[in-house]
Amino acid sequence: MIRDSLILAKRTVTKMFRNPEQFVDVTVQPIIMTVIFVFIFGGAIAGSTGKYVEFALPGIIVQTIMFTSLTIGVNLNTDIQKGVFDRFRSLPIARSAPLFGAVLGDIVRHSIAITVTLVFGAIIGFEFVTPWWHVALAIVLIIGFAVSLCWVSVLIGMLARSSGAVQGISFLIVFPLTFGSSTFVPASTLPTWLQGWVSINPVTHVIESMRGLLTGNTGVVGDTLTGQVLWVIASCVALVAIFFPLATWAYRRKI
Amino acid sequence: MTKAIEAHGLTKRFGKTQALAGIDLEVDEGRVLGVLGPNGAGKTTAVRILATLLKPDSGTALVSGRDVVHQAKEVRRTIGLTGQYASVDEDLTGVQNLVMIGQLLDLSTKQAKVRADELLAEFDLTDAGRRLTKTYSGGMRRRLDLAASLIGRPDVVFLDEPTTGLDPAKRDDVWGMIRMLVKQGTTVLLTTQYLEEADALANEITVIDHGKVIAHDTPQGLKRQLGGQTLDVRAASPADLPHIRELLVSVGTREPEQPSPDQLSVPVRDDGALTTVVAALAQEKISVAELSLRLPSLDEVFYSLTGKTVSEEGAA
Repeated sequence: MIRDSLILAKRTVTKMFRNPEQFVDVTVQPIIMTVIFVFIFGGAIAGSTGKYVEFALPGIIVQTIMFTSLTIGVNLNTDIQKGVFDRFRSLPIARSAPLFGAVLGDIVRHSIAITVTLVFGAIIGFEFVTPWWHVALAIVLIIGFAVSLCWVSVLIGMLARSSGAVQGISFLIVFPLTFGSSTFVPASTLPTWLQGWVSINPVTHVIESMRGLLTGNTGVVGDTLTGQVLWVIASCVALVAIFFPLATWAYRRKI
Repeated sequence: MTKAIEAHGLTKRFGKTQALAGIDLEVDEGRVLGVLGPNGAGKTTAVRILATLLKPDSGTALVSGRDVVHQAKEVRRTIGLTGQYASVDEDLTGVQNLVMIGQLLDLSTKQAKVRADELLAEFDLTDAGRRLTKTYSGGMRRRLDLAASLIGRPDVVFLDEPTTGLDPAKRDDVWGMIRMLVKQGTTVLLTTQYLEEADALANEITVIDHGKVIAHDTPQGLKRQLGGQTLDVRAASPADLPHIRELLVSVGTREPEQPSPDQLSVPVRDDGALTTVVAALAQEKISVAELSLRLPSLDEVFYSLTGKTVSEEGAA
């Protein structure tokens, strides 16, 4: 089953390099987002682009990964529509292998996106001031969050009729989560009612953890770094506890 | 002889549609069964159950002596499936598609590559092997799909409408490949909408409609039941039609039909009818635009077996 999952993960990765849209998602898109936010809005928001890149880069990584983690539902839905899954199902492999293969393949995509964003950030002036293991923990944390979140996408992918619908529903969920957070601006600059949402939005805690681990600055929402990280771990556990059983139930029903 | 496929009383319901209403299918090892029926007859559902993709509501099915529900994994080791829609991955090359499936069938990467090359050569796809399959033509995809289902050297191969949508030359290619497969001893269950295809490839034909078996026979037996071949005559001048009709009545097994304004067709008992008609036409100096002997169409098969045409059946 592990070997089968790896073979199928390789398929996901190969397909990503073949499919310009998906490749752009994890390479060009984070770079464009960084350029737009840092150079266009950076001066206005933080006074200088140099200051803003420190603030925005962790958030851009989180946003990129959130969008990337939702393609799994679109891909699974397409595979089912096109009959590729019928082929897998007629083979003597574990029923869960295509699913885990897709998740493993996505971890590779996340790693590419994170690397691209960090390297590009370093080029335009992002300074790594925290110990290396903080950076490593940040990467593990965001990938862990993505893998927990992908079950929502799997569930949508199994229930929606078309891959277009999966995409639409996913965006509807991701936009308020990413923009209704401290991704691009400090939470303290937001109206009070919005601050209420931002402080309970798990994505805010992911971003604050990333910011703390990558830049050493924390406490925008008022928690310590450890507190933020524990919040993220708790959200991951909650996401998996709710959506993993639902997603695998929907998957088994379809497969 | 051992049975490669043995299904009894299979039923399957999707919501309000009774896709299968208790069908029996049997195929001896190394033989070809043609399952003939119109769209929506339950052919694909039956294949999906036998290939372990769907569970029947009731009934039992054994493939290579193993139960498709309780021994699904063992069944999957012995079968190959080619669906109605070519289920190859469009973003991978032909080679990548085949190697991946080979690996999933527990071949080493090296063995999988060797097997992929073998099959590509056999299916005349060697040159296209390194291209993405989304650039393939319909016929090439169908061939790759067929190749993909043969990687594990299956004992039983399911072909769900393997030639639907292919032009006649491509169809002949696929037929050739199916014959090659049978020569190697593989058991084949093939679904089709064309009596001609079942007749060309199958040892036995099961006709299904509305999820039920309505006939089962050898191709010869079935053709005999259906009144053999059909003679089509297209008149050069409509004025001759009554004359031609009289002639056809004398050789036909049924009242001639008029499928289009200048055409008459009638089922005939034996091939000799063609010569008789040609001689009579020559004698009476009636010129015709077209004269041919063909197997009955699916519509005519159904008319003969059920007394209704496919469209009437659908409306019923």
